[in-house]
Amino acid sequence: MIVKVWPTVSPQSRSSPTPDAVAILRLEQLTRIFAVGDQFVRALDGVDLSIGTGEYISLMGPSGSGKSTLLNILGLLDRPTSGEYWLAGERTSTMNDDRLADTRQREIGFVFQFFHLIHRMTAVENVELPLMLAGVPMAERRARAHEVLRRMGLEARVDHRSNQLSGGERQRVAIARAVVMQPKILLADEPTGNLDSVSGGEVVKIVEALHDEGLTLVVVTHDQAIGSRAHRRLLMRDGKVVQDVSG
Amino acid sequence: MKLADRHRVAFGALARAPLRTAMLLLATAIGVAAVLVLTALGEAARVYIADEFQSLGTDLLVVMPGRTETSGAGAGMMSGATPRDITLDDARALLRSSAIATIAPLVVGESSVSVGSLERDVTIMGTTASYATIRHWTMASGEFLPDVDMDRESPVCVVGSTIGSELFRGEPPVGRWLRVGDRRCRVAGVLARQGISVMVDVDTVVMIPVAMAQSLFNSAGLFRVLIQARSRDVMPAAKRFVLATFRQRHHGEEDVTVITQDAVLQTFDGILGALTLALAGIAAISLLVAGVLIMNVMLVAVSQRTQEIGLLKALGARRSQVLALFLTEALYLALLGALAGVLAGFAGIWLLGNLYPAFTFRPPVWAVLGAVLLSMGCGMLFGILPARRAARLDPVAALARR
Repeated sequence: MIVKVWPTVSPQSRSSPTPDAVAILRLEQLTRIFAVGDQFVRALDGVDLSIGTGEYISLMGPSGSGKSTLLNILGLLDRPTSGEYWLAGERTSTMNDDRLADTRQREIGFVFQFFHLIHRMTAVENVELPLMLAGVPMAERRARAHEVLRRMGLEARVDHRSNQLSGGERQRVAIARAVVMQPKILLADEPTGNLDSVSGGEVVKIVEALHDEGLTLVVVTHDQAIGSRAHRRLLMRDGKVVQDVSG
Repeated sequence: MKLADRHRVAFGALARAPLRTAMLLLATAIGVAAVLVLTALGEAARVYIADEFQSLGTDLLVVMPGRTETSGAGAGMMSGATPRDITLDDARALLRSSAIATIAPLVVGESSVSVGSLERDVTIMGTTASYATIRHWTMASGEFLPDVDMDRESPVCVVGSTIGSELFRGEPPVGRWLRVGDRRCRVAGVLARQGISVMVDVDTVVMIPVAMAQSLFNSAGLFRVLIQARSRDVMPAAKRFVLATFRQRHHGEEDVTVITQDAVLQTFDGILGALTLALAGIAAISLLVAGVLIMNVMLVAVSQRTQEIGLLKALGARRSQVLALFLTEALYLALLGALAGVLAGFAGIWLLGNLYPAFTFRPPVWAVLGAVLLSMGCGMLFGILPARRAARLDPVAALARR
C-alpha cells in the first residue's frame, strides 16, 4: 500500500494506467472561497490533484472539509475562486456557461444522496431527461433508457413514478440517468447515504461494475467501508487533501 | 432539446399541478371573456344605432329650426331668443327643387286619446302621407294618411299597433272613431309592429294630418321637415337649395339647421366606436391582472421546483433551455386561458343575444384577436421574470434548495 500525504500528488492506482499520462481531471492550486455574511470561508485551499482515466477514487473527510465543494467543481456545477482545472485536457476556466453545461452533459454523470428524481415523471422518463436535453430523438432515447434500466435490473419498473419505487430502486434509476449519456466520469455524492445497508450494497456493486467498464469513478462518502473499496482514497480536512492513498 | 419535448415537459408540469393551472387559466379566461363581452356590447349599441339611422334611408335630410353652427346647442336655447318657425309654406317651397323627391313636415306633441271610456296619453305625430314612404313604414291594416294638401285638416288618423289593440279592445280599429284631444278622427290604418325607432315607440303613436296637429297644439311651427333627395348624389345640391330657400324666405337669415343621415351616423359611429374601445381598454386591465397573477404563481412554481431546476442544470441544461421551459409554461397558460376565455366570451354573448334579441351582439374581430394576443403577450411578459430567475439559479444552491 502506498500512502501519500498532502501536498503530494500523482497517486498510483492498482488497476489504472499511470494517471499523469492520461489524466482526465487535473487541479492546480484550486481555491474556493465563500462569503458568509461579512466572513469569508475558504472551502478549498490550494488543492492540487490529478485523476487518471478509469480511476476509482473515494473522497472522505469530516463535514465541512470541502468534499462536496470539490465534487461540485469537478462536476462543473461550481467555479473555483482561483487556480486551474483541466478536464480531459481542456481548461475549464475559459469555458462560458453554455460550454460548461454542454461539457457537463457530455462528460459527467452525477449521483446524489437524495436521488433528485422528478416525481411527476416515470423511471424511464427520468432516465431520458439528459438525452432529451441533448436533443436525442424520442424513439432512440426511449430505447437507450430502457436498455440502461434493464442493466440496472429495473425493466419491470420503467413506468413507475418515483414515489412507487423503493429507495434502492430510486438510486438505481438515478444511476441509470447518470450514465445514459455514456459519460467519462461518474461523480457520486454519498450515493448510499440515504439507503439501508442491503440497498446500499447493491448500489455500490452497480457503480463498481460501471467502473470496471472503464468509467472514472469519484465517490464522496462518510462510510469507511465504502470508501476503503476505492483504489485510491483521498482524505480531506479544512479544504485540503491531506491524505492520498492508493492500493 | 427539441421543441416538441419542451412542450411535452411544460405541459406535463402544468398537468401535474391541476388546481394551480386551473386557477391561472380561469384568471386569463375571465380577462379575455370580459374583453369579448364588453366589446360585443359596445358593438351591439353601435350597430343598433347605425341600423336605426340606415332604416331612415341614406338619402334623407332633416331640417330643424335654429342654427346649431353658431350657438352650438340650437339657436335660442342658450340665449333665450326663439328661432323663426318653419312653416308649412316653407316646407312646401322646398318641393320646387328637382333634387328633392318628397318632403314630410312633422309636428310632435303629447295628447290624450280615447275610445269610449278608454283613454291614454300618447305621442301625437302630425305629418303627411309621404312620411310613411320616407320612413319605409308598412301598415298592418288599412292605409296611411291620405295624400291631400298639407293644409287640409282631414279628420283621419293612423294608430300604432299597441294603441290599436288596447284602445279598441281587439276590435279592428280601421274605420272607427278615435278622440284626439278635443277632436275626432276616423282610423284609416294601423301601423305594422316595429317597436322603438329613432327613440320613439312607433307602436304607441297616433299619426294625424300635420294641419290638424298644428291646430291641436296651437302652433304654426314645425318640429322637423324630413326631405328625401332624389338620390344620394344630389344630397349636397338638395342641402344647398334648402339653405338658400330658407335664407330667402327668412329675410336673408340662415336660421335652420340641415343635417344629413351620414353626418348623424358618423357622429354616433365615432362616439360608440370610442365607447367600444374604452370598454375593451377597461377589460384589458383584467388581462394585465391575469398576467401579474401568472407571474406570481410562476415565481412560486420556480421556488417550489428549485431542486428540479438544479437537477436540469446538473444534467447539462443550458440557461436558455431552462428559460425556454418556463416561458413555454407561461405561454401555455396564457394560450389555454385565452382559448377558454374566447369560449366563455362567446357563450356569454350567445346568452346576451337570447336575453336581448333586438340587439346584434358580435365582438369585433380586432377585439377577439387583440384579447388573445394581449393575453399571450401578458403571459410571456410576466413569465419572463420567473423564467429568468429559474435560468439564473445556481445549480449547487438549487440542488441543496437554498
